[in-house]
Amino acid sequence: MDSTVASTGTEEKTWGGGNQPLKASYGKMMMWFFIVSDALTFSGFLAAYGFSRFKFINEWPIADEVFTHVPFLHGQELPMIYVAFMTFILIMSSVTMVLAVDAGHHMNKAKVTIYMFLTIIGGAIFVGSQAWEWATFIQGDYGAVQTKGGNILQFGEYVTVDGVEKFKRVSIEDLAIAQASERTAHERKNGLWFTEEATLPPYTVNEIYAGLVANENVLVRNQLLDENGHKTVLSRAESLSQIKENGKLVVKGANLQVNEYGTTLFADFFFFITGFHGFHVLSGVIINIIIFFNVILGTYERRGSYEMVEKVGLYWHFVDLVWVFVFTFFYLV
Amino acid sequence: MAHEHKLEIFRGLVKFKSNTSKIWGVLIFLTIVTAVEVVLGIYKPDMFMHTWMDPFEGGFFATIGNIILSPIVYMKPLNFIFIALTIVKAYYITWDFMHMRDETGSMRKMVVWTSVFLICYLIFILLQEGGYVFSVYNGADALIKKDF
Repeated sequence: MDSTVASTGTEEKTWGGGNQPLKASYGKMMMWFFIVSDALTFSGFLAAYGFSRFKFINEWPIADEVFTHVPFLHGQELPMIYVAFMTFILIMSSVTMVLAVDAGHHMNKAKVTIYMFLTIIGGAIFVGSQAWEWATFIQGDYGAVQTKGGNILQFGEYVTVDGVEKFKRVSIEDLAIAQASERTAHERKNGLWFTEEATLPPYTVNEIYAGLVANENVLVRNQLLDENGHKTVLSRAESLSQIKENGKLVVKGANLQVNEYGTTLFADFFFFITGFHGFHVLSGVIINIIIFFNVILGTYERRGSYEMVEKVGLYWHFVDLVWVFVFTFFYLV
Repeated sequence: MAHEHKLEIFRGLVKFKSNTSKIWGVLIFLTIVTAVEVVLGIYKPDMFMHTWMDPFEGGFFATIGNIILSPIVYMKPLNFIFIALTIVKAYYITWDFMHMRDETGSMRKMVVWTSVFLICYLIFILLQEGGYVFSVYNGADALIKKDF
């Protein structure tokens, strides 16, 4: 070896490359390098969300009115509960991960296996919960009418609950009065074969307008926030004229083009940021599964070190860390 | 392979006997913080819903003062509390779950100072510009019309 490797005799000196000033292995440092760059990516997304929100600061949707559903508790408005559960699941799976790392330091194969398994289960529950959250968001709640200018008009009426007057939302299903309509969805088989059309909205604006005329206590709410942070409710006359003159499209649910909860940007950022985070969780689960099988096969036992579990653990905690911020900026602030 | 762990959190106020019990202790702390956030988010106490201070009026120094004090001047106290609690949670996840507490000081600074500086810079620029675009859209002489 002496003939191929130049030996300077300074390996043990500070500048000879013989010491590790950060006392961390190459693999761990590269994982930290990746985490810092990924953190910058996520903060870029969240800051872009902040940009768009500041741009439409006086009409941004109120998260508590958007994410109100909890599985099995149909029809109840329970903001925050479900997403708090998701947060807890992710923190909990972070805890089992760090316990696996700790067991790895003690070279305890059985414990590492159990804790890795629990971490994978936690991650799978989180991804499943997020799928449900997406499905609920896409399916929508009460429906709304979009104006030509892209603004969202929602419906509701004042009701008195326990002596307090509240604005209770009315869904477009309850409002609309069916009318004969000549408009049918274009399909390939009965028209131009090379064009397709997406599903038509459930109701036409005229049907909603007829329902609004018939229900005299129903009012229209636009997206502008008043000084108390509530959406502005229009008077009866204004409600009728807004729908009649400006209403263009009936919207139910949210996708990348329309969003019944408010500005479309809100839905776009929701899908993009929680989707990108969910993709991180999914890849984390897959990597965890690979490591889990390596643990079972005894790869790290033979290697004499469970450092790989620690490196994957860093990634997994980072995913948890990002979620803490997504939770704050999408659901709390 | 024996690893040494620092077992104190809250600057030595709480000291755990083993690394495992420290992990559970941090979990309890994070759960409490999340629970506080959720309760505040559901009930939204009135006292936190309005800013406690108005922006300074005047010239250059008023603007500088507003920028420095922007979390208090422009942000609702409730949102300020949420962001502060989020950073507290991020600190404990990084320090105890990611073992940043056990790394060398220079390693900690390389990761934390770099990202904190770049993220603050990014946030400042984007939020400042977002506010400017809002003022262009909603000023008295705005040429854009959205309500039609």
